[in-house]
Amino acid sequence: MRMLAFARRNTKELLRDPLTLFFGLGFPLVLLVLMNVIQRNVPVQIFALETLAPGIALFGLTFLALFSGLLLARDRSTAFLSRLAASPMTAADFLLGYLLPLLPMAVGQSAVCLAAAVALGLPLSWNLPAVVLSLIPSALLFIALGLLCGTLFNDKQVGGMCGAILTNATAWLAGIWFDLSLVGGAFQKIAYALPFVHGADGAKAALAGDWAALPGHLLWVSAWAAALMALAVWLFRRKMVER
Amino acid sequence: MNAIQITGLSRDYGKRRVVDRLELTVGSGELFALLGVNGAGKSTTIKMLCCLTAPTEGDAALMGHSVRTDSHRAKEVLAVSPQETAVAPGLTVAENLALMAGVYGRPRTRVSEVMEQLGLAQWARQRAKTLSGGWQRRLSIAMALVSQPEVLFLDEPTLGLDVLARRELWGVIRGLKGRTAIILTTHYLEEAEALADRIGIMAAGKLRAVGTPEELKALAGCLTFEDAFVALAGEEAAS
Repeated sequence: MRMLAFARRNTKELLRDPLTLFFGLGFPLVLLVLMNVIQRNVPVQIFALETLAPGIALFGLTFLALFSGLLLARDRSTAFLSRLAASPMTAADFLLGYLLPLLPMAVGQSAVCLAAAVALGLPLSWNLPAVVLSLIPSALLFIALGLLCGTLFNDKQVGGMCGAILTNATAWLAGIWFDLSLVGGAFQKIAYALPFVHGADGAKAALAGDWAALPGHLLWVSAWAAALMALAVWLFRRKMVER
Repeated sequence: MNAIQITGLSRDYGKRRVVDRLELTVGSGELFALLGVNGAGKSTTIKMLCCLTAPTEGDAALMGHSVRTDSHRAKEVLAVSPQETAVAPGLTVAENLALMAGVYGRPRTRVSEVMEQLGLAQWARQRAKTLSGGWQRRLSIAMALVSQPEVLFLDEPTLGLDVLARRELWGVIRGLKGRTAIILTTHYLEEAEALADRIGIMAAGKLRAVGTPEELKALAGCLTFEDAFVALAGEEAAS
């Protein structure tokens, strides 16, 4: 009940912020259309919709880290969070309250991105809902990253980390714009140790109907998401009471 | 039962002791004003009582619930109106109050009751960030009242309010006396004198004196409460 009341508040705060709508929905769509236009004007296959659409859908989810991190960091910077910390709310109530509103947003964001890709020429198939589902662990991963940053840093620092560093890191390390094997070596090894490329590869596998490849990618992302969320809960709990 | 029972409550930051072996009881329905100059230890005391800062030594019980060992139950009976306005800026007045009602498991009817009580009904659908500073402060206090707390902490509740708004709020606070134990911190001495049943004066982390305004004036041998405060809270008293 407490958690749901807080989740309702966070939903309203997020939906009433125009930046959420622009970065959550608008920016990934702009990228998708832009890359598609580039593809149509070059003779070689660089940005095939079959690989670009799942990649952009994943990239759009990076903004969930920005939204969750900024909301938490802003709350921490005011006495509002102190008021709630003095209430019977637990650390789990807080973090689930921040997380829950973002999950349907993530599903909607992925669905809109894929619908736009279909409008641009991606074949309509029953695998598209599977792509949306395959991106849920990645959504949890980015929300956990945002909550971790929001627990540790102020809103300006969160803006820099989640808005600039994380989006760029994801773009480069998830193999959205290029095949990571083209770089190879340590870069590829690091990328595959991190969860981002597994998020993108999982979504691509779901779109291609490659069900054998899907579980491995989802497990890797889920393990990272669970570890980061556990760390965020632990740190948040420690920060709730000054020791 | 005492609403608040403080025994040997202390807090250290490194080697510096900012609250030193506080002993105090506040009765149910009593309004107790905690005064002191900046750095006297008032805010740290309030934070410990609100379960936001862990005591280094000692304990405090709110309606019998220890802030150290039973903080969840203690939090169910307390509410705080922090010194800084503490509202959700993107929510309307009614939504802010509904949030607090939901967090404390109180019925939605409390929202309209509190809006009426604090004259906020006219702004019910207005977002908090668009309210003037005075109305935001009033909303912040209203959010502490939604849960009908048994122990209420009001940290500088009238800071930044004009005279009329301050007097109106005094009326609201007086209306709570007898039903809710209130700890009021303020720098306005006349506010403490006008509202409090008893006043405690802190200096250098210690509670230097406790009593009614008349008792404190007699203790300090002064004619006015301000002179009594200066005598009891000043550097000499602290040393």
